[in-house]
This record gives sequence, C-alpha cells and structure tokens, in this order.
Amino acid sequence: MTDNSPVLDMRGLRTVFHDAAGAWPAVDGIDLTVHRGEVLGLVGESGSGKSVAGFSILGLIDPPGEITDGQVTFRGQDLRRLDEEGLRRLRGAELAMIFQDPLTTLNPVLTIGEQMVEAITEHADVAPAEARRRAAESLEKVGITSPRARLDQYPHEFSGGMRQRVAIATALLNNPALIIADEPTTALDVTIQGQIIAEMQRLQAESGAALIWISHDLGVVAELADRIAVMYAGRIVETGSTDEVLDRPRHPYTKGLLESVPGDAPPGQGLRQVPGAAPPLSARPVGCPFHPRCDRATEICRREEPARDADPSGRSWLCHHPLDDGAAA
Amino acid sequence: MALFVLQRLLQSIAVLFAVSIAIFLAVYSVGNPADLLVPPDATQAERAAMIARLGLDRPVWAQYLTFLGNALQGDLGTSFVHGRPALSLILSRMPATFELVFWALAIASAIGIPIGLWIGLNDGTRTARAAMTGSILGYSIPSFWKGMVLILIFAVWLQWLPAAGRGETVSLLGIPLSFLTLDGLRHMTLPVVNLAIPNIALMIRLTAAGAAEAVHQDYVRFARAKGVRPKRIVRRHVLRNILIPIVTVLGVEFGSLIAFSTITETVFAWPGMGRLLITSIYQLDRPVVVAYVMLVTFIFVAVNLLVDFTYAALDPRVKLVENMG
Repeated sequence: MTDNSPVLDMRGLRTVFHDAAGAWPAVDGIDLTVHRGEVLGLVGESGSGKSVAGFSILGLIDPPGEITDGQVTFRGQDLRRLDEEGLRRLRGAELAMIFQDPLTTLNPVLTIGEQMVEAITEHADVAPAEARRRAAESLEKVGITSPRARLDQYPHEFSGGMRQRVAIATALLNNPALIIADEPTTALDVTIQGQIIAEMQRLQAESGAALIWISHDLGVVAELADRIAVMYAGRIVETGSTDEVLDRPRHPYTKGLLESVPGDAPPGQGLRQVPGAAPPLSARPVGCPFHPRCDRATEICRREEPARDADPSGRSWLCHHPLDDGAAA
Repeated sequence: MALFVLQRLLQSIAVLFAVSIAIFLAVYSVGNPADLLVPPDATQAERAAMIARLGLDRPVWAQYLTFLGNALQGDLGTSFVHGRPALSLILSRMPATFELVFWALAIASAIGIPIGLWIGLNDGTRTARAAMTGSILGYSIPSFWKGMVLILIFAVWLQWLPAAGRGETVSLLGIPLSFLTLDGLRHMTLPVVNLAIPNIALMIRLTAAGAAEAVHQDYVRFARAKGVRPKRIVRRHVLRNILIPIVTVLGVEFGSLIAFSTITETVFAWPGMGRLLITSIYQLDRPVVVAYVMLVTFIFVAVNLLVDFTYAALDPRVKLVENMG
C-alpha cells in the first residue's frame, strides 16, 4: 500500500431505513475519501444522514436500517464483502468510533478498566496485566490523572468531559488507522469542547490516523478539518478543502450554514439562519432536495436533481445555480 | 453504612409492631376459638375453666399485652390445637416449603432468564412475539387448576409421579429434605413445576423486556464499535444491567412464595407452612395464625434488606445511604 492510497474510499454508499411504506434513503449515494493523517469534516443539520454515514462505515446499521449499495474500501479491503465477524475484528482495532453522548456511551455497571481492557483483549491475546497497563497509558495520554486508580472506577464517578476523554482513550487503544468521531463535543460545555478538540487534534497528529469528524457545527469543523463535506438530505452537496469551502462556498446551503455561525454576525443584529428545516426522510422534495429553502431556486430545481459539478482542484457541488467562485469571500 | 443498617433495623421493628397489632385484632374478630375447642358435651363450668386457661376471658388489649410481652422474649404463644409452641410448629414445617420454593425459583431462573434473553435479543421477530404472548398464559392460569391438571395427567393418567405428600426425606444438618432421595424427588416434581410455571413466565417477560431495552442502549453500540464479541456483549453488558430488576423480583417472589404457596401445598397435600396456616385458620388456632403472620413479615423484611444489599453489589451507582428525610 503506497502512502497516497486513501485509508478510506467510499463510493456510492446508500443506507436506507425500511418502514411499512417503503425504504427511505438516509444516505443516498455518497462518496468520501480520507487519507492518512487527514481530517475530514462531515457537516450537516440533524437528519442530514451524517451519523448514519459514520455508522455505515463500521457496518453498525441495525434493522430496519440497511446498507443497500456502494463500496466501502478500507485500506484496500471492501468492507461490504466482510461478514459480521470480519467487521468485528476491524471495529475498535483499525477502525474506531467515538460517540456523541459520553453519558450513555459507557456501561454504567462496569468499571472503566474492564471496558477499556476488553477493547484490547477482544482483538489480541494480551495478558490482563499488560492490557491494564496499556489502558492506563491511554488514559494518561488524554490527560486523565492517576490513571491506574481511575481504571477501577465506574462511569458515574467521571464528569461528562472526563467520560468523553475515556471514550477517546478507548478508541485510541489499538492505534486505529481511521477514527470516526460522531459529534463528540456536542454534549459538552463549551470550555470542555475546546479542550477535547485540542486534545483530539494533538492525538490525531501524533498517531497519524485519519479522522472523520461529524458535526453540525461549521465553526468546530473549520478549526479541525483539512477538508469538508457538507451533507444535506442524504447527499454530499458540496465538498472541498476547508479553506476553499469556507471562503468560496458554491452551494447555497453551505453559504447559509456559514452565515448562521454566530461568531460572524455583527452584534445586535439577529442571527442569520437557513429558513425552514431539513425535510424528513419520508418527505424529500422532488428535484433538488434543497429547493424549498433556497432563494436561488428556479423551475429546474423543482423538477430535476442537479448533477455533480467539479472543478480541477477537486471541489465538487450539487447545484443547478452554484454561487460564483469568490462570490461570498 | 452502619447507620443505614441501624435505620433499616428500626424500620423493621416498627413494621413488625404494626403488623402484630393488626393481625391480633383481625384474628380476634374472626370468631371465638372456644366454640371449636371446647367439646360440645362439656359442662358450663368446664367450658369456663377452659376459656380461662386459654386466657380468652380477658379483654383484647390485655391479651395483646401478654402476647407482646411473651413475644419480646421469643415466645409467640402455644397452639390451642397442638399444644406445642406455635413458632416451633411453624418452623418444623418450614423446610418443606423452603425446599419447594427454592427449587421452583431456581428452575424459573434457569429456564426463564435464558429464554427471556433470547426473546429480548430477537425482539420483534415472529417467534419472539409468539413466545412473549405465550408467557402470559404461564402466569394467567390459576394455580389450583393447573395443579389439578398436572395431577390428572401425570399422576392419574400416566401414573408417572405421585400426587401427594413429601415422600422419603433425608435429614441434612437436622433438616428433613426431599430432594436427596429418588422418592422425594418424584414427590417434589409436580408441586415444584406448579410453582415454577408462573415464575418462569415472569422471568421470561422481565428478562426479555430488559434485554430488548438494553440492546438499543449506546453502551451496547459502543461495545460493538469496540469490536467486542456478541457473546461477551450479552453476558457482560446486557445481562449485568438487567440483573437488578431480576434480583428484586426474585426477592419479592421468594418471600411471597414462602408465605403463600398455600394453594399448591393444599392441592398436592405438601406438608408445608401454607397448609398449616389454612388448617389453623379453620380451627381458629389464633396463636399459630398470629405467629405465622409475624414470621412471614419478618421474612419479607429480611428478604428486602438482602435485596438492597445485592443492589449495592450489582449497581455501582447505588450507595446504601441513610435516609435523612
């Protein structure tokens, strides 16, 4: 494997949810590529399908959900061809995930030590004492003091921020090649949020792992990500390097998201926001799914789904009437 | 912790005291035992002498105070009918009941928890839903009817098992037990099964509901994202979390079965405490009834205390803290 082959290369992933009325695509044919040491920010509103996309990579989609199409190539291996046991061997080893709510991620009746040690011993034949040593080391790395004593404690003895650190330490135990972080700071206080982001940045740089950071918060992603993919209604409506996407958004939705970041609004003025709400799975509009909320929408937007457009730098967008290059600089 | 124990002990004493007053008044109002105890051909003088000897001529509060005074010294009265201390009479029947209840609950857990787990983990499938519905039958069928059907099938038609009695017992540390002899086992089977059936159903439903909820928790998903094997997820992550309600219900069931397996014991002529209670009520054997209720109350209080301690062991979030309110 050469250095520039991507850690993860996803093509046309489609994950649907079944109900009595049919199959609704939460993720509707998305492509994602992440390289070693790269941070990809996956941004979107609630219900845009970003978390489902994350869980789909790990194959953690339970009925009524189902991955129906696409290729997920992880380090040259097609994950969709693996059976459950094959996926299990990868999960937590080469492919780790951090969840949104640290208060519910850890099992309340098991010690931190047991929950960390099992992440090691379920993948490799490691003596318990050695596994504990590694767990303590990992806790220390995420800034938890007296880690050995902490291993014998239960989740309720940790604060929310500390629990998220434990979850991060757990995810890092086996030096994964790819870490998927599903809104890991959303449930935390703003001050803790900053600490965790800084911590993640440092750890990711140290380990050289690829990182997919899922968030609804463009501000957070702007700090972290090398590249950004903006999701809307199950699709990636715009993707490109962070700087380009932030400086020169091509999709009206991206622009709307950027304008609703509170920090950029002049004091005393009402916050800008994208009008309306993301359509529910079962009521996605015909044509461009964003058209009911878009001030640039015309007849064609109501009729036809836009095709993907790209420029030579690798940026791409899904829009009939993209904003001009440099329009929102 | 010490304060917690002390507080619970004081509460327990208060409960016992309140129950003693209630049961004493209740038994007093049911009927006059003299009517049953004194032979019909006795003279008026003989009758009066007997009533005086049993203390039944004294006012109810005086009788209660005597009872209370004796009870504090460990004497719960003497049976009018058997002429033996009521407590030792009941205790002599206890092993039989205890044995029945223990095995019934052991079987209920051994069968009900795995089935419940399976249903919970396969929540929503047709088989799981059918099993869940079927389990309703298990505890809806009245015990006396089920007991008689069991007797009809296995004792009368098939003639595989005896219908009544305890069979041969073996004394272990001075306690007579049936399950150590083949004959005893054969006698135990039907009453144990009769008691176990509703509890199997209860365990199934309890475990299934808990497991179905637990598998959708984030910590289970996170364990899966860590690559933990499904077997370990069920055993460590799911089961540990649902043991708490299971232990509670087992505790409550244990207490109430010890106290009230009356119907099963009556149907199968099992010489346990329940049958003693029924006959004592018929014979207005007041001291036995009062002693029985006191003992049962004591068992309930003790079992609940034990369940609290088990909680603390199972759930790290539970601390046994004295209630300051």
